[in-house]
Amino acid sequence: MHATEIDRREILREIFPDHKRFLIVSGLAGAARDCAALTGDGDNLFALGGAMGAAAMIGLGMALASPSREVAVVTGDGELLMNLGALVTIATVQPENLAIVCLDNGRHGETGNQPGHTSGRADLEAIARGAGFTETLTLRDHKSIKTAADFVGRRGAPRLLVVKVLDTPPSPYKRLMDPAACRIRFRTAFLASKRVA
Amino acid sequence: MQQSMVDGMARESWPQELFDIFLQAGIRYFAYVPDAGNAEFMTHVQSHPDCHAVLLTTEEEGVAFCAGVDLVGQRGALVLQSSGVGNCGNILSLARAARSPILMVVTMRGEYGELNPWQYPAGQSAVAMLDAMGLISFRVAERDELRKAAAAAIAAAFMSGQGAALVLSQQFLGAKTL
Repeated sequence: MHATEIDRREILREIFPDHKRFLIVSGLAGAARDCAALTGDGDNLFALGGAMGAAAMIGLGMALASPSREVAVVTGDGELLMNLGALVTIATVQPENLAIVCLDNGRHGETGNQPGHTSGRADLEAIARGAGFTETLTLRDHKSIKTAADFVGRRGAPRLLVVKVLDTPPSPYKRLMDPAACRIRFRTAFLASKRVA
Repeated sequence: MQQSMVDGMARESWPQELFDIFLQAGIRYFAYVPDAGNAEFMTHVQSHPDCHAVLLTTEEEGVAFCAGVDLVGQRGALVLQSSGVGNCGNILSLARAARSPILMVVTMRGEYGELNPWQYPAGQSAVAMLDAMGLISFRVAERDELRKAAAAAIAAAFMSGQGAALVLSQQFLGAKTL
């Protein structure tokens, strides 16, 4: 069932009221636009525009290699489904500083809004549990938003928040698309923040 | 006595030598799918207190993992068999598009003495696939090529923003007997 009250264009600022606490990697398409809107295309965000399926494992690399930082992966259902094995890999590693937030609209929004697997039988939260995640949550209603935000912000076992979102367009935010420029911007800002800390 | 036999007796094992080179180069994060060819190398990774070994379900995960490690200023490598190169697929885009320094250690099958017919397609196409995605291959055919080839791959990846694969040929590794 896809019943939900949540609007993807509003929810990230409620899940991440202080997004600068996080290093954020987003999957391509809608999630990248929503994260760019959240952060003002900030330098704590590395937003993919391709390499579908890579977001969660980029997050794992960041999390393991910067253990004192909180890392958030924000991605869509299609992107997460493209590499489900990553959930197994991540659950096995058990990083303490990694949260995955899936904006699940059950659709492939960018390519014509074709139905995706989660609009049918597939249940990402159940898949993550089977992969070995002990911390999972699905968000569908406004009254549970604070609980979801606290859940994402906690350190501990790796966590997956599935946010069922309404079938709307994503945030209309135009971001820097050059991948090499994005890498340099993110990496330079990260290394600068290490020196200051 | 053949020179290679003399070399084998006098020298440390190639996995030990290669691990020492990678350690010296500051590489600490290793993503892998197990292979007989990389098994000893990975035991060195796993027993070193400063190194991290991440077991993958499929090799494309390791490309993304290395990109993530790089984004926070650290160095990683993907350790895999030739049959896994094709599994990397579109995620190799990170090398050319983002100039992520993707460094791979590829243990070859399907090229020299291979007895498993299933290994030939990927063995014969692995380097071509890497070429097609813009990664540079550094091949090791003989034991005494290892040090320079490893240094070259590391220089390409971490000093020059290239994707690079250290290709350990089946001739170098020795073919498995079935």
